[in-house]
Amino acid sequence: MATRPFSITVSIIAALCVAGLVIGPVTAVVLRAEAFSGFTPADGQALRFTLVQATLSAALSVLFAIPLARALARRQFIGRRLLVALLGAPFILPVIVAVLGLLAVFGQSGLLNRLLAPLGVPEVQIYGLHGVVLAHVFFNLPLATRLILQGWLAIPAEQFRLAATLGMRPRAMWRSIERPMLQRIVPGAFAVIFVICLSSFAVALTLGGGPRATTLELAIYQSMRFDFDLGRAAVLGLLQLGLALTAGLIALRLTSLPVAAQGLDRPVPRWDRTDGIAIGTDTLWIVLAAVFLLTPLAMVTLNGLAGITTLGASVWQAAGHSILVALGSTALCLLWALPLASRWGEWLGLAGIALSPLVLGIGLFLIVRPFANPFELALYVTATVNAFVSLPFALRILRPEAEAVRTEYTRLSQALGLSGWAWLRWVLVPRLRRPLGFAAGLTAALSMGDLGVIALFADPDRATLPLKVYQLMGAYRMEQAAGGALLLLLLSLTLFWVFDRGGRVGSGT
Amino acid sequence: MALELDHICARAGTFELTATFDVASGERVAILGASGSGKSTLLDVIAGFRQPEAGVIRWHGTDITNRPPAERPVSILFQDTNLFPHLTIRQNLALALNPATGILRKGDEARIETGLARVGLSGFASRRLSEMSGGQQSRAALARVLVQARPVLLLDEPFAALGPALKDEMLDLVAGVADGEGLTVLLVSHDPKDARRFAPRSVFVDGGEVTAPQDTRALLDDPPPSLRAYLGEM
Repeated sequence: MATRPFSITVSIIAALCVAGLVIGPVTAVVLRAEAFSGFTPADGQALRFTLVQATLSAALSVLFAIPLARALARRQFIGRRLLVALLGAPFILPVIVAVLGLLAVFGQSGLLNRLLAPLGVPEVQIYGLHGVVLAHVFFNLPLATRLILQGWLAIPAEQFRLAATLGMRPRAMWRSIERPMLQRIVPGAFAVIFVICLSSFAVALTLGGGPRATTLELAIYQSMRFDFDLGRAAVLGLLQLGLALTAGLIALRLTSLPVAAQGLDRPVPRWDRTDGIAIGTDTLWIVLAAVFLLTPLAMVTLNGLAGITTLGASVWQAAGHSILVALGSTALCLLWALPLASRWGEWLGLAGIALSPLVLGIGLFLIVRPFANPFELALYVTATVNAFVSLPFALRILRPEAEAVRTEYTRLSQALGLSGWAWLRWVLVPRLRRPLGFAAGLTAALSMGDLGVIALFADPDRATLPLKVYQLMGAYRMEQAAGGALLLLLLSLTLFWVFDRGGRVGSGT
Repeated sequence: MALELDHICARAGTFELTATFDVASGERVAILGASGSGKSTLLDVIAGFRQPEAGVIRWHGTDITNRPPAERPVSILFQDTNLFPHLTIRQNLALALNPATGILRKGDEARIETGLARVGLSGFASRRLSEMSGGQQSRAALARVLVQARPVLLLDEPFAALGPALKDEMLDLVAGVADGEGLTVLLVSHDPKDARRFAPRSVFVDGGEVTAPQDTRALLDDPPPSLRAYLGEM
């Protein structure tokens, strides 16, 4: 009877597609595995390493984010808005670009070692656990800072005014105002970052490796790429699934903070910021964070400018593949997300976080193999998996606005008798234009920078740009790799900007 | 009678609404009652947003109880959200005319212009709500009702946010339009002044129980105890 944002049928079809994409590939992998191979000591080591690196990465990210967020919350300075905006950038930064930047700073012949060498300090090594954790902190310190900064800015200004009139010392203010806020926010931030780091693949592939620094995802890759051991891949994949699902549910319970936090560009008015020590520590944290986050990006840009002119045709071809994959996965992700932008849809979308993209890719290849050459379909499979992986983020962005539109306009639409098409064309899409643009930008950038499934199956003719950069790194053609990384960075940011801007223009916001 | 509510019973949790009354074609009736008494529930049942547990709604003898809102001879003005704010008035009215596509067909432009002229908004078709005053927005909503061309109009306190003078002006406009088009109108209000101004007959809703329509002046001048308690010193 009622006009709905999408008819139940469309929503059910979308849900079945997502569910089929989970159940089908997992079943294919499990069936193909014939018999589960046992849980080897190496698997145990991979599990341990996964948990240890995720715990350390989340703990350090949150630990450093607390003073940084506090400094940003109470300081006003030139470039503050830009710095806060840049805190959102690592989320869409291709992993391979960040890794190249970190290598340029912390690598064997990186900036840090060149600075330390004259002082006789032993060479800093980036590969191994500390390199993986360093990269994860690079990616997640900004996320943790934004989450905690949001908590700080949510403290009513009256509380700080009251503290000032009571003459509260900083310690008392910490105890009565700031610590309770952190107790609410920090567990959620920790859990979210822990989940993200659990499924780390590209960072572990480039900076980890070896038996002592292998994540479960990397172990799945190795079992497929080197041994084609589906049984082991299935065991590890199911282990990863259980782990990520449990952690994901805990994270979802602990936090409901939106991906796109608003209003972070204003400082909190407070009266304890003129103290010399406070000014000093705040400045120190802001400078350290800016240096830590910006230097690798600056190095990638500088190194890339020299290398971008040397790029061969295969790199540009890979760039073309990446753009097509990004656009395809964006379209697919939004086609799923629009009818699933509801509470139950978001729960379903959680599978995108819980399920290993590599297991998904392996399963899809097994499914299509009887009908076609799966290697020829590598880009299609990659686009599908990328769309699936981005789905939880797209749903988190779209759902609040989609529910608001439903609440506000369903009765009017029912009274008018709008068809499903008219609702979509005239109401839902125009009203969701801004979050749709943001979700599309995010999905396109994530897909553009993805180095996951494609690493398993692509032949040289079908490489994407991140894979090409990785291959150039492996061949020690670092100048070209830097050029490719800069190109990748520019394309990712451009895609994000075009979609996000497109959503904002004419949306009235 | 044109609109008949025959032993209607609608429940929401422990709340129960019961109604049996008729409204003649072209008649204007006010629905009075306190907040939470069931006025809007009654309108929802007539409009088709809520399905009654028992009873029948008829329009000129035809049972419309199970019809969806868009297939009833009813248009409705809500308290708010009567038009889509991101669309122009023309696009809003086009959706009212062609809810399947929202695309204007031959003759639709003229109908839109006529509707807008009828409510004093000639030349406003290209505007959005944000470019109009509160009174103009209410008029545009009324234009939407006019192009829908349905014989029953339900008003769920659509002018409550307007100032007293503007509200009176809108009620007079609706009354004029309704008389001109022969519309049957049910106006929900918690303000007895609206009823006196707009509706020759009124029903009173108290705790989910709807009284039979009575002469508005007689009802308000000599109210039953429950209505007297609601009206207080008014």
